[in-house]
Amino acid sequence: MSTADQSSPDAPLDAALRQEITAAVQHAEYKRAASTDALKLVQKRFGYISDKHLAEVAAILGMTPAELDAVATFYNLIFRRPVGRHVILLCDSVACWVMGEAAARAQLRERLGIKPGETTADGRFTLLPIVCLGHCDHAPAMMVDEDQYGDLNAARLDAILDGYK
Amino acid sequence: MTNFLVDGKPCSGKPDENLLQACLAAGLDLPYFCWHPSLGSVGACRQCAVKQYANEDDKTGHMVMACMTPVTEGARYSLEDPQAAAFRASVIEWLMINHPHDCPVCEEGGECHLQDMTMMTGHAYRSYRFTKRTHRNQNLGPFIKHEMNRCIACYRCTRFYRDYAGGRDLDVFAAHDHVYFGRHEDGTLESEFSGNLVEICPTGVFTDKTFSARYARKWDMRGAPSVCTGCGLGCNTTVNERAGEVRRIVNRYNGSVNGYFLCDRGRFGYGFVNAPERIRMPLVRGADGKQTAVSHEDAISHFAAMLGAGGRIIGIGSPRASLESNFALRTLVGAENFYLGFSAHEGRMLSLIANILSSRALHIPSLRDVEHADTVLVLGSDLPNAAPRAALAVRQAVRGAAFELATKANIPHWQDGGVRTVAGEALSPLFVATPATTRLDDIAHTALRAAPADIARLGFAVAACIDPAAPAVAGLSADLAAQARMIADALLAAERPLIISGVEAGEISMIQAAANIALALRARQKSVALMLNVPECNSLGLALMTNGQTNFEAALATPAALVIVLENELSRRTGNMAIDAALSAARLVVLDHSESPTTQRAELVLPAASFAESGGTLVSSEGRAQRFYQPIFTENDIGAAWRWLSDACRAAENNECEGWSTEDDIVAALADALPCFSALPDTAPSEDFRVAGCKIPSEPHRFSGRTAMHAGRNVREPKPPVSADSPFSTTMEGYYGGEVPPALLPFFWAPSWNSVQSVNKFQTEIGGALAGGDPGVRLLEARTEAALAYYTGVPESFAPRPDMWLAVMLPRVFGDEEQSARAAPIRERMTPPLLALNDKDAAMIDATAGQLLECEMDGELQSLVLEIQPKLPRGVAGVAGLAAKAHAMPAWIRITKAEPGTP
Amino acid sequence: MEKPLTALIQPDGTPLDITGYERAGGYQALRKALTMTPEAIIGEVTRSKLRGRGGGGFATGRKWDAVPRGADAPRQRYLAVNADEMEPGSFKDRLLLEQTPHQMIESVIISAFAIQASIAYIFVRAEYVLSINRLVRAVAEAEAKGYAGANILGSGYALTIHVHASGGRYICGESSALLTALEGRRPIPRARPPRSASSGLWGKPSVVNNVETLCNVPHIIERGADWFLGLSHSTDGGTKLYGMSGRVKRPGLWELPLGTPLNEILEEHAGGMQDGYECRAVLPGGASSAFIMAADFNVAMDFTSVQKVGSALGTGNIMALDDRRCPVGMLRNLEHFFAQESCGFCTPCRDGLPWVERILAAIEDGEGRPEDLDTLARHTIFLGSDFTFCDLAPGAMQPLASGLKHFRAEFEQHISEKCCPWHDSAGGWA
Ligand SMILES: Cc1cc2nc3c(=O)[nH]c(=O)nc-3n(C[C@H](O)[C@H](O)[C@H](O)COP(=O)(O)O)c2cc1C
Ligand code: SF4
Ligand code: FES
Repeated sequence: MSTADQSSPDAPLDAALRQEITAAVQHAEYKRAASTDALKLVQKRFGYISDKHLAEVAAILGMTPAELDAVATFYNLIFRRPVGRHVILLCDSVACWVMGEAAARAQLRERLGIKPGETTADGRFTLLPIVCLGHCDHAPAMMVDEDQYGDLNAARLDAILDGYK
Repeated sequence: MTNFLVDGKPCSGKPDENLLQACLAAGLDLPYFCWHPSLGSVGACRQCAVKQYANEDDKTGHMVMACMTPVTEGARYSLEDPQAAAFRASVIEWLMINHPHDCPVCEEGGECHLQDMTMMTGHAYRSYRFTKRTHRNQNLGPFIKHEMNRCIACYRCTRFYRDYAGGRDLDVFAAHDHVYFGRHEDGTLESEFSGNLVEICPTGVFTDKTFSARYARKWDMRGAPSVCTGCGLGCNTTVNERAGEVRRIVNRYNGSVNGYFLCDRGRFGYGFVNAPERIRMPLVRGADGKQTAVSHEDAISHFAAMLGAGGRIIGIGSPRASLESNFALRTLVGAENFYLGFSAHEGRMLSLIANILSSRALHIPSLRDVEHADTVLVLGSDLPNAAPRAALAVRQAVRGAAFELATKANIPHWQDGGVRTVAGEALSPLFVATPATTRLDDIAHTALRAAPADIARLGFAVAACIDPAAPAVAGLSADLAAQARMIADALLAAERPLIISGVEAGEISMIQAAANIALALRARQKSVALMLNVPECNSLGLALMTNGQTNFEAALATPAALVIVLENELSRRTGNMAIDAALSAARLVVLDHSESPTTQRAELVLPAASFAESGGTLVSSEGRAQRFYQPIFTENDIGAAWRWLSDACRAAENNECEGWSTEDDIVAALADALPCFSALPDTAPSEDFRVAGCKIPSEPHRFSGRTAMHAGRNVREPKPPVSADSPFSTTMEGYYGGEVPPALLPFFWAPSWNSVQSVNKFQTEIGGALAGGDPGVRLLEARTEAALAYYTGVPESFAPRPDMWLAVMLPRVFGDEEQSARAAPIRERMTPPLLALNDKDAAMIDATAGQLLECEMDGELQSLVLEIQPKLPRGVAGVAGLAAKAHAMPAWIRITKAEPGTP
Repeated sequence: MEKPLTALIQPDGTPLDITGYERAGGYQALRKALTMTPEAIIGEVTRSKLRGRGGGGFATGRKWDAVPRGADAPRQRYLAVNADEMEPGSFKDRLLLEQTPHQMIESVIISAFAIQASIAYIFVRAEYVLSINRLVRAVAEAEAKGYAGANILGSGYALTIHVHASGGRYICGESSALLTALEGRRPIPRARPPRSASSGLWGKPSVVNNVETLCNVPHIIERGADWFLGLSHSTDGGTKLYGMSGRVKRPGLWELPLGTPLNEILEEHAGGMQDGYECRAVLPGGASSAFIMAADFNVAMDFTSVQKVGSALGTGNIMALDDRRCPVGMLRNLEHFFAQESCGFCTPCRDGLPWVERILAAIEDGEGRPEDLDTLARHTIFLGSDFTFCDLAPGAMQPLASGLKHFRAEFEQHISEKCCPWHDSAGGWA
């Protein structure tokens, strides 16, 4: 399931999305409190936050681009650079390390040709490391987009990837 | 006082201090980074760690950060505890992990707080052996260089830029050891206080780009205490010189005036001193009509001949020249022939200000007083553009409400994070009434937009609300009346109300209204302060000098045979036609430092010293007389204007200037002649002041290369110049240390403290007055018995005129001031002249933003780009970037659209 | 054995909707709470000796009691639920959020009522998508039924509940940074004073509590403090969600009496180690706790007993280190996490942790030097509490300090043999 609309990270946000962001802002006690919500709305649509979109969101929040970017760049899950259609978050924390995260990483590298931090040439997958997903009883674990997977093994990993086009 | 023990030694501190401040004040060397006296403590760097012991029996103690620890009576601390010392060395080691160790090529080298602290902790051996992370640097515009790899992440830059100065385009990005301090993309830093980053950053991340091109180490430059000539506030600066050039300007701490900070106009506007347009030789116009250089002697005899030629001689003074030079001119031509170098309109406003202030009925605040005001009303002044350092002080004043909340929550004021948590967005009341938006509006309780006359009416109405004896305003709109009531109530509720106005809006009644409000509050027993901004560095001094209406247009009205112009570009004061008419029949002598249309039309041009080649005295808008000293000693004829004038005086066998051979002499004569300047000799120690029989060196003790400085031309060691006018030696010989009076500190330097932070060693208390008192003498201290009557000239309310607009000047921090506008980096920050209109007014003439408009001003056609400012009152046209025509505003103008195709 | 926290969890994991929850007795505690005074609720919770399950173990009743009350106290107050759960090895809160969302909501309402908060935030880590969706739905259902929103069940008490999804950073779980994050600022921990209880979110009195902590509250209210104390094998009240991960036969979560012995959890509930593996040590409460060695496996998993063997109960989610994984490698992994997740505010944490990580990596890669051990040892002291701004780095030093002590021989072997004796740091599939 692809959520990202990669078409136009430079085009202005459309009215519907601006409306959603404005609603989030109105919901918040202070405008800037909605900053992560607003950024995520944009990310959900475009996969990441382009400079232009950052500036637009900042204006809605009554912040400067610098102020919003200071918040945006702090977080692991707000992407300021383009990502592939699907983002694989592979847990690299301790329980998964014990249970075979390295094997999963090696297999991803072999199959997709990418290391953590990279995107496949066809733009299908971006692989990112993620801290403990709270799925330790099913280590090794990962997420693809918003879907959670545990008890990974070679066959299961392949099957999961096949499901994302 | 709170008493406590540090390593067994009794110490004492003020109860509202933190332990770090107390230790520094006690002369102990405790390293720190993130703390700053003006920014408070946040506990980020962990450099100031010391041991604290619960009681006499506690031998292990626990680690505390001194900057986050209130000093408590009877407490026991240790700086020397081995673990504390080892931890502090570790902190340096961590900070150095990613630091490039590029001191030899770093412009901070030799005055780097990081270097000092590294030495102080004794960390010398590096055991980290892995790769360093690196960052990309940004282009931050003409003022500031960026070298992020040197960053130690102390967070001072963003805390100053954002929290203290209100800037919103510098921030911290990313997290963990990737934190990045900069802009969100390359580009010029927007804040007019960006230059302070150079001094706030404890290492070489932000350095002075204007200095970079003419770089020298701190120890290789002469320093002279100076006073900024960028506006009327009189911030104290240190001018650094090497090889006859101004290399840079840095802040010179004055606890009452500028404290730790300058604005960018003052810091980066010095370039005119080194510019090619400088006049370095006397020039005489020959028979061929060309000006040619002549010798000093020839120039003086030519001048003497002109003086002796008969006919009426008039002198035109200058608000950017020293008191001494103005006084010399006044003496030469006689008081009755001496004219202030203001335009007629400005002259009226300045003499009103001089009258109000010399009545001594009202307290004139220092900038430190401004910071402590609890309710502020700004009437007509665009402070961030016209008097930037005062805007920064107002920004601190509005934090008073936050500090009050902190007090209630038992949080010490220096604990910055805690104060901000409990106070949130709480601000003390600030009311700003100006024609156009200002960069203080973001912190204003109410920002009001109105035409100048209506702002004045509002002011009169506020006064009348406060004291019914003050003249009432007839026909006030309900809206303005309500505003006036609200402001009056706020001012009455305040303990330290402050009224600010000035000449920028060009409305004389506004100044009167401001005075009335202050008088009304005084009548209600409020300890009110009144700050009236003046445009130039000696505007107030000059206005006090004659305190009359003898402005410049009056001089031009009656024909004279000889006109002597002191450091003044006449076209900035009146229309060119008036100048032509007045000067066509007269002979003209001009004393100035740089070429201008006025020098070009002179028969005799004398190379006057700028602030950097002479000493002198300026009077700031606070009524504070302050002395500046000479850092540059040139080999050519550049000299203080007062010396040229007194030489000519003597040559013309006029004995009025007899006995003026040094600065002290002329200051004494001035104090004698004009009672309002009687305190002038106290401004600074006299020329024969010595410490232990020694002069004070103006070159640092490690100054290098003096004997080789001219080796490219001449192998002989040049004779050091002599400074006749000051107790400074021009070399590194002399006494430097604790007993140097504050007005004579050529730089701040203390053992182990090579950076600007060394100022801590020169203060009575950290962040307080300099030991020995803050420099300068306040000439116009208020007196309880003094009185001043209410002004009664309430103006009519503003009535827009059909097809005409009232042009008012909108000040610009970069470009408005004549001298700094000659500096290349300032020019880069200047924006093209523009004309601002309300959107509806623009629609009326069917003009759109960016379009070229034409209007006649001062008899000349001006082409200006239209900017739409929806908040601007209707019928008012704001003109920005045209300071040379400030004398022609306010004025009613017609606006037409430029023909398509015209540039 | 009673398991109040997990009693309503369905075998297939789908949560009860509001009617199901009500039918099972849900929201009765709320009804009862609304008849009590806030003081009485706080009193009951205090008597129950409920201690925080977020890692710190702070007494919940005492925390609530610190919120200023009375006429001149600020009217706006906040409750923030710490559902950030990013402590490596911890997965207990997820279970409660995903599978008993209404229990969470009911807990929030009662707790907010106790401190008279008018707004509650549930701060959930972004990766818990299912939790977020289920919570949002539960809030809507609760509002529709008058359990939340204006005038709750006619009591006059009003509460707005917001579910906030984080942007993803471990430091957001630190309670003061969590508040800063909610304000839309960079989530940097805050200086004390002030305490959040008097001046927290937007400067108003605020309480931050862990998910599991709060989920106990309805049960305490319904059944009383004595009952709650009786659930526990220790002097502190209640059950605890213990978890176990690593190479055990049945990794998972179990609600057991507080103070259940570690070896009982390992052997009985987790089924012991997988065949061919031996358990050398465990991290009993997440990445920020010190190793407990096999000799101490009989320790009772309660706040004081775990401390006595040099560690901390933490989140009570246990990570097993087996004999086939390298302890240095494990520490490297842990310190990598902490170095990455430092907020970058204070020097020792920001710059010390990456150094620690690099040294561990060097040792693991056979490039260690004998003096590295001294440098590591120095960091375990200088990144301790009092030295750093918040508790992230001191937490990070817990496994390292204990690891240096218990695995000294392994460290030295790495250095002298210039390689990892396990040769498996890359690891294979389980
Ligand atoms: C770096 C750091 C991360 C933390 N992360 C969490 C967390 O994810 N969840 C949590 O409940 N507490 C976390 N805590 C503990 C909280 O600061 C706080 O003590 C807790 O939320 C209080 O709730 P309790 O009293 O109910 O345990 C963390 C603490 C630190 C220092
Ligand atoms: S740039 Fe300078 S002031 Fe800013 S954090 Fe780095 S070292 Fe500190
Ligand atoms: S100066 Fe005290 S922690 Fe930075």
